[in-house]
Amino acid sequence: MKKLLLTLVGAGALLGAVYASASPEDDRVATVNYYKHKFPDVKFKDYIYGSLALDADAKAQYDSIMEFPPFETVVEQGKKMWETPFKNGKKYADCFANGGKGAAAMYPMFDDKKGEVVIFDEALNACRVANGEQPYDVGDAKTMGVLLSYARTLSDGYKVNTKINGAAAVAAYEDGKKTFYSRAGQLNFSCANCHQVDAGVRLRSELLSPHLGHTTHWPVFRGGDNLVTLQNRYVGCHKTVRHVPDKPGSVRYKNLEYFESYISNGLEMHASVFRK
Amino acid sequence: MKRTPITLGATLLGALFLYATPVLADEAKKEETGKDIAFNKSKGNCLACHAMPGVADDQQPGNSGPPLIAMKDRFPDKKVLRAKIWDATASNPGSYMPPMGKHKILSEQEIDKVVDFVYGL
Repeated sequence: MKKLLLTLVGAGALLGAVYASASPEDDRVATVNYYKHKFPDVKFKDYIYGSLALDADAKAQYDSIMEFPPFETVVEQGKKMWETPFKNGKKYADCFANGGKGAAAMYPMFDDKKGEVVIFDEALNACRVANGEQPYDVGDAKTMGVLLSYARTLSDGYKVNTKINGAAAVAAYEDGKKTFYSRAGQLNFSCANCHQVDAGVRLRSELLSPHLGHTTHWPVFRGGDNLVTLQNRYVGCHKTVRHVPDKPGSVRYKNLEYFESYISNGLEMHASVFRK
Repeated sequence: MKRTPITLGATLLGALFLYATPVLADEAKKEETGKDIAFNKSKGNCLACHAMPGVADDQQPGNSGPPLIAMKDRFPDKKVLRAKIWDATASNPGSYMPPMGKHKILSEQEIDKVVDFVYGL
């Protein structure tokens, strides 16, 4: 009996060790090492460029487009939204430390009171509501998207700093991780199939991006003028694999953003960029 | 007989129908080939992941899956190839080739056509 108990305790300790080895930080380090091995020539800091980091010609094209971004007027419009006072005279900058500089790099964060992940989009909405304004639809590119296209640039150069503290936060991260690794849709793909195992592989002419750095540069302007936020991109991914998409800002998509952001910790933010 | 513009219009319209109907019927009859299905992005979309080195117009193929070549040597039993296309995860759970038959991405007849086409590569 004593022996059995000892065995059980031993097994428990072992399970604990296995669980501990799969902590978010261990996942992050394992991911960075995975890509170091997979793409030895790609510098860690360049993972913010997605598949461009793996294609020098496409990166050169991107660099030349980014000298005079065709979407600059949209970001200007977002700046105007950011700087225009609410009816009560307050501004978005009043809702965040440092006037919003570096704020987006802290999101998503886990809100213990709400018991769920809060994304930067929702923090902007909370600011609106606290100042007597209606919240925007998180999926609406014309309002939330344009606002984000400027608000997130206030974190350019700041490093992704996603924090996971406490069991509930870990559970949200684990849920996002589960979404990332689960097969979905009629085409039966997981995010990981294409954006981890097959990162750097071509689907027809499209080069698949690594998931490390996935959250650092949103919104993107696809083709130079089509503003796409990260939450809207998740909708697009689900549609591509023929899975019924959630609404942008669903708990599932927020947890996925939480997972991908944590994995990207330490990379520099660089919002509002061109993508093909 | 002097034709009014209306009768002239009706005659022309009639002529148009006589001309157009057989063309439409032809298009309806024209069946999709196995190659059409394999190339079609919303159907088989095989090219997304597989090159077909033996096919002249395999434009910009992907490289996620192995090139489709020497298929008769690789699959002496055609049924094995069909099973692979129907549900690749049955023989290899790690495969992420979309299960064309199991998930009804293609109909059974479409799969037959694709199998015939791929088997000839």
